Amino acid sequence: MAKKAESSLKNMLLSLTLIALVASLALALVNNVTKGPIEKVNQEKIANAVAKVLPAYNEYTIDTVTVETPKGDAQMVRYTAVNEAGELVGKAIESFDDNGFGGRLSAMVGFDAEGNISGYEILASAETPGLGAKADQWFQKDGKGNVIGLNPTSDNITVKKDGGQVDAITGSTITSRAFCRLVATAYNAFQIEKGEQQ
Amino acid sequence: MKAKDIIKNGLIKENPTWVLVLGMCPTLATTTSAINGLCMGLATTFVLMCSNVVISLLKSLVPDKVRIPCFIVVIATFVTIVQMVMQGFIPDLYASLGLFIPLIVVNCIVLGRAEAFASKNNVWHSFLDGLFMGLGFTWALTLLGIVREALGAGSFFGVNFIGGNDGMLLFILAPGGFLCLGLLMALINHIRSKSRS
Repeated sequence: MAKKAESSLKNMLLSLTLIALVASLALALVNNVTKGPIEKVNQEKIANAVAKVLPAYNEYTIDTVTVETPKGDAQMVRYTAVNEAGELVGKAIESFDDNGFGGRLSAMVGFDAEGNISGYEILASAETPGLGAKADQWFQKDGKGNVIGLNPTSDNITVKKDGGQVDAITGSTITSRAFCRLVATAYNAFQIEKGEQQ
Repeated sequence: MKAKDIIKNGLIKENPTWVLVLGMCPTLATTTSAINGLCMGLATTFVLMCSNVVISLLKSLVPDKVRIPCFIVVIATFVTIVQMVMQGFIPDLYASLGLFIPLIVVNCIVLGRAEAFASKNNVWHSFLDGLFMGLGFTWALTLLGIVREALGAGSFFGVNFIGGNDGMLLFILAPGGFLCLGLLMALINHIRSKSRS
């Protein structure tokens, strides 16, 4: 075996610095290669979610709105979709709630022009597998806690335990409550008129 | 030490999960399904292989007193590379495993093999040790994933075989993970001690 480098201050500084330099160089190179694909994947994910939660549309514009949430104001991205004649088809909002069972639960929520919920898609969740994680199916049209078609103005979108009309996921009231709050927040964002705030 | 011994050590005799009992955090956290276990194992294998080779190359250049920070920088670099590549090119897998990939950095197996093997052996043997320790970890995780998925969700690699019904949820959650791990470990060590005598 080759003789080991001595643990002198100079050697230690030199070896650590060199290794850190080479490591950051390698990471920078890989980052260069993967930056494009990662961005593409994320954009596709968002575009797919918007297409899924809204009725058929021609194109959409993107803006950022400041919305009131249970934990104070937050910035949310909003996608406003119009048909070929330029009439409003619906709006999709990247909404979230920070009090899910596993922290932040975020979802794309879509409303049609009248404010009825037209669809949703869970974007990120850390809910319990098999329980809260069922939220991706549970509140869909053929799920047990269907919220599609409800309108937050006329319908009470809270879980039945809290006096609302949404069936909570069995054993996951906390996740269900987070989901309902997230929908309410999204509806707040939906109601903000374009250009009303910057 | 011969190559044959290194292979046998990694896969069975010193299997990281069943015998050394290292890296329990990813073992329990990612084995909720067979495919997750398999992929986590393969990702760890890749990191283990690369870090073992590099550390074996660096071993005479790195002063003793700073060897641990040096090893960790090397390991963390490879883990970050795996993470970025996975995020960009296999997004579906990243969606289910992404949370656990950074944990490979603190996986005892990776640092353990760097310290116990790669810093004392030549490059070729370190490469073999990394590869087969990784594969030993992979088969252990896959087996655990298969058992937990079969009991917990009633499916095999995502293919449902009990017809629609939910399985025993307990086995997907943490307590079932501990139960399965303990029972499988006992079983495998029983078989090993039988075949020895």
